[in-house]
Amino acid sequence: MYEHDVIVVGAGGAGLRAAIAADEAGADVAIVSKLHPVRSHTGAAEGGINAALRDADSWEDHAYDTMKGSDYLGDAPAIETLCQDSPYEVIQLEHWGMAFSREEDGRVSQRPFGGLSFPRTTYAGAETGHQLLHTLYEQLVKRGIQVYDEWYVMNLAVTDEERPEDRHCHGVVAYDVQTSEVAGFKARDGVILATGGPGQAFDHTTNAVSCTGDGQAMAYRAGVPLEDMEFIQFHPTTLPSTGVLISEGVRGEGGILYNEEGERFMYERGYANNDGELASRDVVSRAELTEVNEGRGIEDEYVHLDMRHLGEDRIMDRLENILHLAEDFEGADGIEEPMPVKPGQHYAMGGIETDENGETCVGGLYAAGECACASVHGANRLGGNALPELIVLGKRAGYHAAGKEIEEAKVETGKRGEYETATIDSPVELGEGGSPGDAVADGGAVAAGGSADPDTLLEQTVESERQRVDELQSGEDGIHHSEVRSKVQETMTDHVNVFREEEGLKQALRDIREARDEYENVRVMDPSKTFNTDLLQTIETQNLLDLAEAITVGALARKEFRGAHWRAEAQERKDDEWLKHTLLSWNDGSPELWYRPVILEGENKTYEPKVRSY
Amino acid sequence: MSTQPPQHEHEESPADGVDDAESTPPAQQRREDAKADKRSRDAQRQAEADDAAKRDEPTRHIKVFRYDPEIEGKQEPRFDDFHVPFEKGMTVLDALIYARDQYDPSLTFRHSCRQAVCGSDAFFVNGDQRLGCKTQLSELDDPVRIEPLPHQEVVKDLVVDMDHFYEEMEAVDPYFDPDETPDGELEEQRQSRENREKVKMSTRCIWCGACFSSCNIAAGDNQYLGPAALNKAYRFAMDDREGESRKTERLETIEQEHGVWRCQTQFSCTNVCPKDIPLTEHIQELKREAVKKNLKFW
Repeated sequence: MYEHDVIVVGAGGAGLRAAIAADEAGADVAIVSKLHPVRSHTGAAEGGINAALRDADSWEDHAYDTMKGSDYLGDAPAIETLCQDSPYEVIQLEHWGMAFSREEDGRVSQRPFGGLSFPRTTYAGAETGHQLLHTLYEQLVKRGIQVYDEWYVMNLAVTDEERPEDRHCHGVVAYDVQTSEVAGFKARDGVILATGGPGQAFDHTTNAVSCTGDGQAMAYRAGVPLEDMEFIQFHPTTLPSTGVLISEGVRGEGGILYNEEGERFMYERGYANNDGELASRDVVSRAELTEVNEGRGIEDEYVHLDMRHLGEDRIMDRLENILHLAEDFEGADGIEEPMPVKPGQHYAMGGIETDENGETCVGGLYAAGECACASVHGANRLGGNALPELIVLGKRAGYHAAGKEIEEAKVETGKRGEYETATIDSPVELGEGGSPGDAVADGGAVAAGGSADPDTLLEQTVESERQRVDELQSGEDGIHHSEVRSKVQETMTDHVNVFREEEGLKQALRDIREARDEYENVRVMDPSKTFNTDLLQTIETQNLLDLAEAITVGALARKEFRGAHWRAEAQERKDDEWLKHTLLSWNDGSPELWYRPVILEGENKTYEPKVRSY
Repeated sequence: MSTQPPQHEHEESPADGVDDAESTPPAQQRREDAKADKRSRDAQRQAEADDAAKRDEPTRHIKVFRYDPEIEGKQEPRFDDFHVPFEKGMTVLDALIYARDQYDPSLTFRHSCRQAVCGSDAFFVNGDQRLGCKTQLSELDDPVRIEPLPHQEVVKDLVVDMDHFYEEMEAVDPYFDPDETPDGELEEQRQSRENREKVKMSTRCIWCGACFSSCNIAAGDNQYLGPAALNKAYRFAMDDREGESRKTERLETIEQEHGVWRCQTQFSCTNVCPKDIPLTEHIQELKREAVKKNLKFW
């Protein structure tokens, strides 16, 4: 068994920042990650980091924009923390040598982004995430922080008290991809999940193949609620054939969207008369799909994003990476022709319920980054707000887990304070179903036995995960996980996309149920104990099943149109009824739905919901 | 384009013939059944691919290196042939994913982002180091030979041991380490646009290891830092924000016995770099800087 003060799961921006903070606070910290840190998907972020750095700007304006962008579903204390800390964290990156783009006077450059009242998106070309990831990894190397890379965390070691709020996390169990060893990692002070989003639940996504929401699924099964999972951001400019992202920076620099008739539809069709292409992402994605659905799409599939008028010099200076992506992955030359784009799954606003210090309702368990929901993005994330979340909340989680004193959180977690319970109108049984009690084939619920003694608990969890590996490799028949995964991805893209209807959502739940039942008979075809990616992906698929279901349940429950979530049956925002977060608890295999009011009271003011127009 | 009927030519699945002493007879039976199931599904897919060929839909032929130290039949390295239906825009990585998901789930390779930024999927494709996700099949002749990166130990199939590469990267103090930092928490270090431009290409490295694998010197001298690590050193040595004293130390590091002077400017690293980093130029510039420094102290 391995043992450290703090264990960080995942090595993208949030995980690395958390580990550095825990190290600074004096803890013995280690990272356990299925990928080597520089392979993490943070590296694919292009646009930038929002931070109020200039005299003419303020964190209050950043907070206002973020709250408006969230369609008033963000929690004010979390949003204000993000906006207050972001300038310090961005300059910290600069002090660590990050290669930001620069102004004539040598200061870091900032550019306009969708939904922002000030050009506060700090960037490094169109490869900001790559620069951020490598800068943080460099600091990790400098500090000699231990990384167990290509170790896949399979489960958390959490005690099994009846109420999740009474449980405690003492570590994780991981699978060494190189050798198939299953080992326990005991965390004396805390476990921080920083495992990224569940983008692979969809088949047209900008997310990496590795973005399978592992941390979310593990926390969910350990009793931590998933919050606001229905809010999925569909980025308006992804390449049609692969889902590769074309940065919002293109529109920030002046790129224009055209339909097949050559109309600048964001204005000419009245979708966003003030901000046009730079309206919030959900607004632009719906506009594009409406154009396509009404017959004005190109090849009935996409629209054009044109940046030719910016000129080669400006493109090369600020958007060079975009030229390479469009050329390599779509065969389009952005200097000579418009680029084809369509909406694609990009980001999950929801996730593991945490407060603004990254703490969940289970003792010793933290989450930060895309896998978490504090909630800073509410119903829709603004471009340039994901990277600051990684570094601001990653750092706070790292400090908190390492025992460093920080302000007490104002956001509540778990079933404490004000909340209401609800029922789910599902056409099929949700959750475990099938063969209850067969925790091994079904991914393992709370650790077997759930002993309060940390060492025993770890050992028991290791044993049950070993058994799970054995069972998966000697399965009863031969369904391959990729069939199950495709089924889920297809139904999610068909029914839980930009436009959502009740019957489609119910169909998705039926399809997911069927996929769950099929998964009972899944088998790992590769018998090898060396670098068995078949085994890894089979477990990932199990995680995707839980998350696809959670997303769809939230989407079915929320009968209103807010931010990224649109319902055919209720095409307006209903503040009287729905100024509340959706929470889904695993509840030992029978998912339970409940709600908690949004916090609109900030430090100095209360945010009044207004019509969100751009 | 191949005119052969598409099929998975290696008939025996790698799982076949594995002597698993621990499995009980019923389990063995289930495995046999599973294999039969899988064979029938494979056959169905091959039939579909056959139909596609009859309808003149194009397929592509890939030959993939296979090796697994513990699986009988794979302990001796071999090549497996796969025929995959071709779609416009299909990359080497797409073909590998298709072959794995449709024909042989044990086919193993690293990959993640699919967009040339995670650096996981550098392979040796028709004799060159290339990123699988960034290489269009349409640029390559059939059969497309896909092998692990040369000069690195093969773990399994296309997966190589990257530890030696990482060690070299970490040997050059690969982190920003300025002579002095600003006093204020919100005070920026200024950097000119020219200086940022100077280091820009060097910061694009995605640690894929293609350059290191292509380098003859690295192949012959196990301690040679190699082009990627030297480029990392360049990234910091040329960054004005670090200051002169740190730069001098960095130049001493890269001047060591297995440093810049080993480079024979063959340009193989520059030719294979998927991010177009002028690696050889950077190494040459480090050599010039080192000479300047030595003259100054002489």
